[in-house]
Amino acid sequence: MSLELEELYQEVILDHSRRPRNFGELAKTDVLVHGDNPACGDEIHLGVQFGTNDTLQDIKFSGHGCAISRASASMMTTKLKGKSRREATEILRAFQGLVTGEGTEQSKQLGDLRLFQGVRKFPQRVKCAMLAWRAVEQALAQTPGEATVSTETGLSNP
Amino acid sequence: MHQIAGERADWNRIREDFPILQQQVHGSPLIYFDNAATSQKPRVVLDALRHYYENDNANAHRGLHELSSRATEAYEKARRRVADYLGAGSAEEIIFTRGTTESINLVAHAWGGKFVQASDVILLTEMEHHSNLVPWQLLAARTGARLRFLPVNEDGALAHSQLDSLLTSEVKLFAFTHVSNSLGTINPVADLCRRARAVGATTLVDAAQSAGHLPVNVQELGCDFLAFSGHKMCGPTGIGALYGRAEILDSMPPWHGGGEMIVSVTLEKSAFKKPPHRFEAGTPNIGDAIGLAAAIDYIEQIGRPAIFEHDAHLTAYAMERLAALPGMRLLGPSGERGAIVGFVMDAAHPHDLTTFADQHGLAMRGGHHCNQPLMRRFGLPGTTRASFYFYNTTGEIDRMVDILRTAARFFT
Repeated sequence: MSLELEELYQEVILDHSRRPRNFGELAKTDVLVHGDNPACGDEIHLGVQFGTNDTLQDIKFSGHGCAISRASASMMTTKLKGKSRREATEILRAFQGLVTGEGTEQSKQLGDLRLFQGVRKFPQRVKCAMLAWRAVEQALAQTPGEATVSTETGLSNP
Repeated sequence: MHQIAGERADWNRIREDFPILQQQVHGSPLIYFDNAATSQKPRVVLDALRHYYENDNANAHRGLHELSSRATEAYEKARRRVADYLGAGSAEEIIFTRGTTESINLVAHAWGGKFVQASDVILLTEMEHHSNLVPWQLLAARTGARLRFLPVNEDGALAHSQLDSLLTSEVKLFAFTHVSNSLGTINPVADLCRRARAVGATTLVDAAQSAGHLPVNVQELGCDFLAFSGHKMCGPTGIGALYGRAEILDSMPPWHGGGEMIVSVTLEKSAFKKPPHRFEAGTPNIGDAIGLAAAIDYIEQIGRPAIFEHDAHLTAYAMERLAALPGMRLLGPSGERGAIVGFVMDAAHPHDLTTFADQHGLAMRGGHHCNQPLMRRFGLPGTTRASFYFYNTTGEIDRMVDILRTAARFFT
């Protein structure tokens, strides 16, 4: 097994991909975001229920995808549950920096999510890791309701 | 060129003609199973490119000097080589393009723009590559014509029983692939063309996956247009051709305007050359056309029937070995097929499998293969695809099976 593979598919990541946490649908959803990665057909449906003091009180996801996208969604929901909008946004930025290699010192607050650093060496897999995060980014910017988001930005049909 | 004259090709020695295959990737010997995306290039093709640029490079068709004459002659000789390879009636029926996609777009614009009307139907199949789908969607949007699709059966064959009800007199064009790039299905082109002709429909064959793998003769197939790419058959990227039946090409207006395609130009209007030059505006891709001719020479020395037989041997072996893996679903027909095997494994997503395989030196493709509607039809986000060419071996297939078995353990 190559070192790069072991770094990409860390045991914790594989565990989350096999047994994703917070997988399913929320009983009560404030925001529901449908995300997709048209390059590979992966889909995520991310539901967020906001609490009274603007926290992400509950968060769940469903859909299908590769091990990286599933583990990323599972670990993301675990991490963000109970966080404030501001904290969630900070973690989102830090995670984005981590997987694209443009990260700074902020990566400390990521905890286990730092295991996704191996994705950097696989540029084609960055979108897999980012799919759930693009969905939560949309959820944070969203007033209650539904939205769609794609890993391919700037889509237009003139 | 490693071949025993008049006898079977020496497949193992043929590998030596491909410098790129002699390398390690991520510490393992390269196994190149992404031939449906692009093939590798033999040394004779690389030499032909180098020879042209070192000795004969000039602009074709215009300079009154020695190098320009040589470039023109080599370029037109390449056109004759392609015509001969496809069994075309004459070299004037061959238009050089950037490849299959551009060839199809040329037909959609130059032919479609003139002949397709709002009352017409364009018949396609569910297994088309996006390159033989999107240009027709755009033409339909421009003209108001309707698109219609021949479905694909569960076994990967076209639903031929539905052809009569779909291929009606409203159909202006029937465009379909020769070999499916995801399923490996080989369509009965001659029969489909005959039935299209019977209702007065024009036919276009996407030969991207067949031109380098099996005998393709446009007169035997009876098609009106046929498109292919050089890079999938040992040639350089950026060159391919469109075959068009002479009388149809004659009736078509130009697509791109510019130099090389005109007879005379005034400030107000121009008179255009006859085909094929009417459809080749600007300086052509001379070097790569010469490279393509060298690739055709190389393929013809091995022989397309021999390549097809070797493809079939590798594919049957791969299907048999893959089918024995747990949680394996193979797509496409179980009988005769092209050298393409698409599959899904319960254990891992195609992207995880291809990343894992790549780290073991095995190049495959994972995803929708520019076949999103077909993937949806089979209820799959994507597949993993192994596609072979004559330089691949059963030993490499054994290695693939070992790697996939290891991957299945790793991900479950």
